[in-house]
Amino acid sequence: MIEVQELTKRYGDRVAVNGISFTAEEGQILGFLGPNGAGKSTTMRMLTGFLPPSAGSATVAGYDIGGQADEVRRRIGYLPENPPLYPEMTVQSYLTFVARLKGVPRGRVRGACEEAIERMGLADVAGRLLAHLSKGFKQRVGLAQALVHDPEVLVLDEPTIGLDPRQIIEIRGLIRGLSGNRTVILSTHILPEVSQVCDKVVVINEGRVICEDSRENLTRDASLEEVFLRLITADTAEREKTAPDADGREP
Amino acid sequence: MRNVITIAGREFRSIFTSPIAYVVLTGFLLLGGWFFFNLVARFNLLVSLYSSFQQMGDAASELNLNEFVVAPLLQNLAVILVILVPMITMRSFAEEKRTGTYELLLTSPIGTGQIVIGKFLGAAGFITIMVGLTGIYPLILAAYGNPEIGVMLSGYLGLLLLALSFVAVGLFASSLTENQIIAAVTGLVMLLLLFMISWPADSAGETLGAILRYISVTEHFTEMVQGAIDTKSLIYFASMVVGWMFLTQRSVESIRWR
Repeated sequence: MIEVQELTKRYGDRVAVNGISFTAEEGQILGFLGPNGAGKSTTMRMLTGFLPPSAGSATVAGYDIGGQADEVRRRIGYLPENPPLYPEMTVQSYLTFVARLKGVPRGRVRGACEEAIERMGLADVAGRLLAHLSKGFKQRVGLAQALVHDPEVLVLDEPTIGLDPRQIIEIRGLIRGLSGNRTVILSTHILPEVSQVCDKVVVINEGRVICEDSRENLTRDASLEEVFLRLITADTAEREKTAPDADGREP
Repeated sequence: MRNVITIAGREFRSIFTSPIAYVVLTGFLLLGGWFFFNLVARFNLLVSLYSSFQQMGDAASELNLNEFVVAPLLQNLAVILVILVPMITMRSFAEEKRTGTYELLLTSPIGTGQIVIGKFLGAAGFITIMVGLTGIYPLILAAYGNPEIGVMLSGYLGLLLLALSFVAVGLFASSLTENQIIAAVTGLVMLLLLFMISWPADSAGETLGAILRYISVTEHFTEMVQGAIDTKSLIYFASMVVGWMFLTQRSVESIRWR
């Protein structure tokens, strides 16, 4: 469903994402795990067509993110780190706007919105202004926005950040309910989230994939916390040993 | 086309739900009313002065409403638009970038050109209403006096075209930044420059002078206020709108170059 090959993003001299590759199958929930600043958001922004990659390629649902960007955009639902909400709109009018924007056929717009509202449990607040919603509801509207056009792929950037424990549990439940035949990529640095929600784990550190495996394999003989810390520490140490230092000189 | 309408509709409604719009609209109409009142009062004074001097004979009939009321009113409104249009357009892109909805727009299956056209139409709709509401003053003149309707219409068309060009400039300024204040100030400075760029035209030599006059909005606008709808002016305003929208589109697209 999603194939990423050697995807790279450079900002001037700084390399944010350095040749990462991974795949996600249909119906999988893939946890994209890494410390802050590892390049998770940048990778997601490239997959969703917000940023162009500096090098490498990726296909989403069989379409290339470079050459067939609009086809990819039609098939992806994306929840950025901050839900992209217009505070002056009501939940209902906002979802209608997004559905039109995503190219839902005219006759289906109404139904698509109702379905998204139903699914995310937003019926009670459908007429409220987005500015007046609590953070948990805003996040739900963000999710509703991502799936209003019934996409094959969902890309969720830290969907539970800043929520209280009860809201986190709710959102995780909703995400689990969303998969089925959808592919979900979900970035996080919260480890229990991965063990509770994801089927597959991709760990990245400083812009590189350091591990890609199923959750069962990873957590077979140690907890995810231990595995994660071991991987990150080993990778960072390795890098300091072999990589050129800050001035670009070989050690 | 459907995408353009979707964007334009949201933009238009969003302008109307923002308090900025009402402040700008009220300020514009208040100042417009003040100009109109004073111009009419001065016109009255002139008429009574002229007719009190018997020896000047028919001098009072030389005074006409177009020249003494409508033209200066339109000129003053144009100056106010220089200041107020950037206040309306400053949000369009800057606010979306700041709140993150920009990511929603750019990850939707629509072209950057459609986004720009939609945003232009939304803001243009608001500005057209704003300019249209000052149409009450010419209506008052037509009801109680005898201005030349054709010249008045030509002047209003000029004011509208001027306002639409300003919207395109303002959108471009807004697309450069995520800070509304910077967008407003950049837009204001650009519009003031457009307004005054022909100032050195008389001393700049023939060719350069003609170029400066052509670039400046003032020349084209003044002609239309005087009742002359020249193809040259129409082409000028059309190319202003299209040109600045094109630059805006490039600026939006530029996120994909880096």
